[in-house]
Amino acid sequence: METQLPRIVITGVGLAAPNADNLKTYREKLLNGISEITEVDLRYFGKAPAGICTFEETRYRKKKENKRGTRAGCLGVYCANEALVDAGLDIDHYQRSRIGVYVGLTEHGTVETENEVYNISQYDYNVDYWTHHHNPRTVLNNPAGEITMNLGITGPHYSIGAACAAGNASLIQGVQMMRLGEVDMALAGGISESTGSFGIFASFQAQGALGSADDPRKACRPFDNSRDGIVVSEGACIYVLERLESALARNAKIYAEIIGYGMNSDARDYVLPFHERQAECMELAMRRAEITPGDVDIINTHATGTKQGDIEECKAIEQVFGKSEETYINNTKSIIGHAMGAAGVLELAGNLPAFKDNMVHPTINCSDLDPACDLQNMVFDNPVELDSVDIILNNSFGMVGINSVIIVKKFQ
Amino acid sequence: MTRDAIKNLILEIIEDIDEDADFDSLQSDKPLRDQLDLDSMDFLDIVMELRKRHKLQIPEEDYPELATLDSCVNYLEPLLADA
Repeated sequence: METQLPRIVITGVGLAAPNADNLKTYREKLLNGISEITEVDLRYFGKAPAGICTFEETRYRKKKENKRGTRAGCLGVYCANEALVDAGLDIDHYQRSRIGVYVGLTEHGTVETENEVYNISQYDYNVDYWTHHHNPRTVLNNPAGEITMNLGITGPHYSIGAACAAGNASLIQGVQMMRLGEVDMALAGGISESTGSFGIFASFQAQGALGSADDPRKACRPFDNSRDGIVVSEGACIYVLERLESALARNAKIYAEIIGYGMNSDARDYVLPFHERQAECMELAMRRAEITPGDVDIINTHATGTKQGDIEECKAIEQVFGKSEETYINNTKSIIGHAMGAAGVLELAGNLPAFKDNMVHPTINCSDLDPACDLQNMVFDNPVELDSVDIILNNSFGMVGINSVIIVKKFQ
Repeated sequence: MTRDAIKNLILEIIEDIDEDADFDSLQSDKPLRDQLDLDSMDFLDIVMELRKRHKLQIPEEDYPELATLDSCVNYLEPLLADA
């Protein structure tokens, strides 16, 4: 039944990562394990490792708009425009009312609210000084809405809130809306501005889940015995999604076809992940994709560098994939940190070029592998070249028990 | 505050809102909105800045007084007499 549904392909990628502002540079840095995680100094909190994006903020809109809007909106506008450029797509190729914008967010409004509370603290907490920009900046559709205003898109736009599974969730939403015929083209992805919030760092610290290291580039250490938590990053990644026939009709470059996806809930704990549901989620995605574990060439893990989280995901992978010799396993967060709502899509983007170069980018910062995370074919430090990469499975899980899996296939 | 100082204050606030604002051909008796591409949110920014910088509480019914640079100066001159 699934095969009768319209086939959806990725034809454009726009991104801002802590080590790159375009896919080509990003891929090069991932293959070489080049992290540019730095240190931020946050109000009230102090210093912490974090991923900060450097990109041309005024390439697609004026400084005035960046000032009025949010950092998430600024990241989103940049990436949406970059995705269209990458796709070689004029915005008027499709009716503007038939384009949907779906943006995954872990959280939104935290940064703006913290800033505003700080602002009125300078005026004895007199709310007369609270900004009129607060509501338009903090409504949950803000980043997606800023994209539509910038591009003049009049189709639907909204955010998908799914903790750190949100990037994948919005991609899934885009696929579903395209298949339903609700829109003819989708801009779907995820955005994180979380590095602007002291509260997010403080909360991870209070949980004992904030990564640390003398060298911030070594703070995110998934699977390593010494791992001690998450490195918060900002970032964004927006994909152009089109129906296969539309993409072929305009002779588009096709990065991949989205052949399967899964989402489910742990129904169990606020923060602790659960391998059984993660395994079910991967199995669900593979059933939809009509593939078996041996068909998957790369599993791009979610692992964030927390003690429990990494172990749970490894248990889930072992349960589903056993000792599959065909499947290689890597982790992008070790290089770019945890871009929260953008994590899933940004990490998937970093692996898409494998369909062309057949390389599996390495996981870095793991010199003392935790035996509980010891899986077959984990790629550390140096990239591995395969005969062919045809299918990639991307995991992305989040707090309050939400799991998402995307499976993409080389289009040929 | 002198009329010139008030005029400069308004221009400074507008420059904070939009540092690309072009004041070269600005006509002081014509609406700021049309000449500088300002909208209602920008005017609220001006009102907020006046509140922050000079503790001025401008009632909503007086917002039209801020339409042009000249009308801003006329309206604010007595309010900022001691500033």
